[in-house]
Amino acid sequence: MGARSSPWRQMLRTPSGAVGATIVAVYLIVALMGALGLTPYSPLEQNRIDRLQGPSREHLMGTDILGRDVFSRIVKGGTNSLIVVSLSVLLSTTIGATIGVVAAYTGGLTDNLAMRVMDVFFAFPAILLALLVVTVLGPGMRTTIFAIALVYTPIFARVARAPVLALKRTEFVEAANSIGMRRGRILARHILPNAVAPIIVQISLALSWALLTEAGLSFLGLGTPPPEPSWGQMLAESTGIAEIAPWLLIAPGAAIMLSVLGFNLLGDSLRDALDPRLRGSR
Amino acid sequence: MLNYLFQRLLLAIPTLLGVSVLVFVAIRLVPGDAVTAMLGTEAGLLTETQRASLEAYFGLDKSPVQQYISWLGNVLHGDLGYSVRLGQPVLELILDRFPVTLELALLSTLVAVAAGIPLGVVAAVYRDTPADFFGRLFALIGLAAPNFLVATVLIYVLSVYFGYLPNSGNYVGPTKAPFQNLEQMMLPALTLGLAFSASVMRTTRSAMLEVLGQDYVRTARAKGLRDRVVIGRHALRNALIPVVTLTGIELGYLLGGTVIIEQVFALPGLGRLTLNAIAQRDYALIQGATLFIACVVVLVNLLVDLGYAAIDPRISYGDDR
Repeated sequence: MGARSSPWRQMLRTPSGAVGATIVAVYLIVALMGALGLTPYSPLEQNRIDRLQGPSREHLMGTDILGRDVFSRIVKGGTNSLIVVSLSVLLSTTIGATIGVVAAYTGGLTDNLAMRVMDVFFAFPAILLALLVVTVLGPGMRTTIFAIALVYTPIFARVARAPVLALKRTEFVEAANSIGMRRGRILARHILPNAVAPIIVQISLALSWALLTEAGLSFLGLGTPPPEPSWGQMLAESTGIAEIAPWLLIAPGAAIMLSVLGFNLLGDSLRDALDPRLRGSR
Repeated sequence: MLNYLFQRLLLAIPTLLGVSVLVFVAIRLVPGDAVTAMLGTEAGLLTETQRASLEAYFGLDKSPVQQYISWLGNVLHGDLGYSVRLGQPVLELILDRFPVTLELALLSTLVAVAAGIPLGVVAAVYRDTPADFFGRLFALIGLAAPNFLVATVLIYVLSVYFGYLPNSGNYVGPTKAPFQNLEQMMLPALTLGLAFSASVMRTTRSAMLEVLGQDYVRTARAKGLRDRVVIGRHALRNALIPVVTLTGIELGYLLGGTVIIEQVFALPGLGRLTLNAIAQRDYALIQGATLFIACVVVLVNLLVDLGYAAIDPRISYGDDR
């Protein structure tokens, strides 16, 4: 991934890559705004007189049943989702990729054992594994982060393992071995740089899954605890009153869908840019 | 083939054992002691001797390893424990609810295959035309919209614009009233089928594109076969192999992943049972249900692997491997 191939620039030149990058940039800006408290109103402040108002100049996305400003809640919800999504993906990438690389490079019994353990985790549908974690730790933001991380760690282990297994048998690694290079150095110098591409693609896809899982857990009331806003929880709150206040459904629904779409587009075009063999096949 | 079957079955055993250890350990990690967890606030009324005898009765005075072994022994005998909250054996509850989830998963798969494969074929054959563009747009949206959002929007649109409210009353089984059952299942199946059909469409499209570029397809075209024969018989058959894999794996996950949709549409399936068990801290039921679902997923994946051989004659699981 030197300046020679510059897959990033290549990716931004495709329409889907550019759209994806733009959406993700907006998502990040919104989340940052929420983190800095740059919302028109307090996302938690209730104003019973102004409840269930439609979108207007005062309230861009209207107000909810407790008179809270929906736009402010969407912004703060973006912050909460970014915290969960980024930390959980960071955790699962670090742990998963380490397990995968070490297992593949060591090989033999370690590799076999690590992959059997990963198989066990693969036997659980993602939402079920997350629910099991919620059962043990109780609902909350930290639990959500840990639950999503646990779901995606085996996936990263598997994604990191495959290229290392292939690279281990290449001639340049054998050459490095034969001149007596230390194993750690071979791993850092020759194997890791070549195994990074699939991991990067996986990260962008995992970000979109993590976002969906966070929203799903919050929808079930097991994610970000109220009154702290989260998109999934706002969507759940809209059921029953969306008939008279459709903005309560549209705002969080569009927020979830657009962000996931952004990460998906970014991931797809990154994969095309990093793996020319697959270009245009998706 | 038979050898391979045995091999795969043998490999599934450590996975299932691992699953049982994971579920067992997870429940033991829950803070608080098991007797309190089982009886809730009433546990406070117990005397020391009552508590001790309860612990002895449930084997809680033994070491964790002994507890695990006796629990596993019971599981292997079909005894998944007893749900104190619902007053029924866990296995009975699971077997009672599983058909609902199974029906929902199968109907969603039907929707996904019926919509996804034709869309994928059309998108691949008419590559880079408006048809392809709309197909891919559909897939992008389908993959970006989580099922609980689709469900919420669907209910909203149907009730506001068509005055239709989904029947969330008492669930009826397909054998009792097939049409009423189908009406209840239609919306949840469509919801789950949307995202599923999006991934089926994408896989079909990329597999078709790959196959259509191959020499034997060009040969078939060169010898003057009609397009329909080339696409249907030569290309699609081979392109379906990855699609079947995907469908099988997703079906497996659907069997345990319909939690949210069952909740939204008030379907009494396994997912809702598990969710309620979690809300009520019914540990025996959580343990039994998660174990059951994981076993089903492992089993379905095994079947998918064996299914390869049936549709792809190039793959044989003989002794030459």
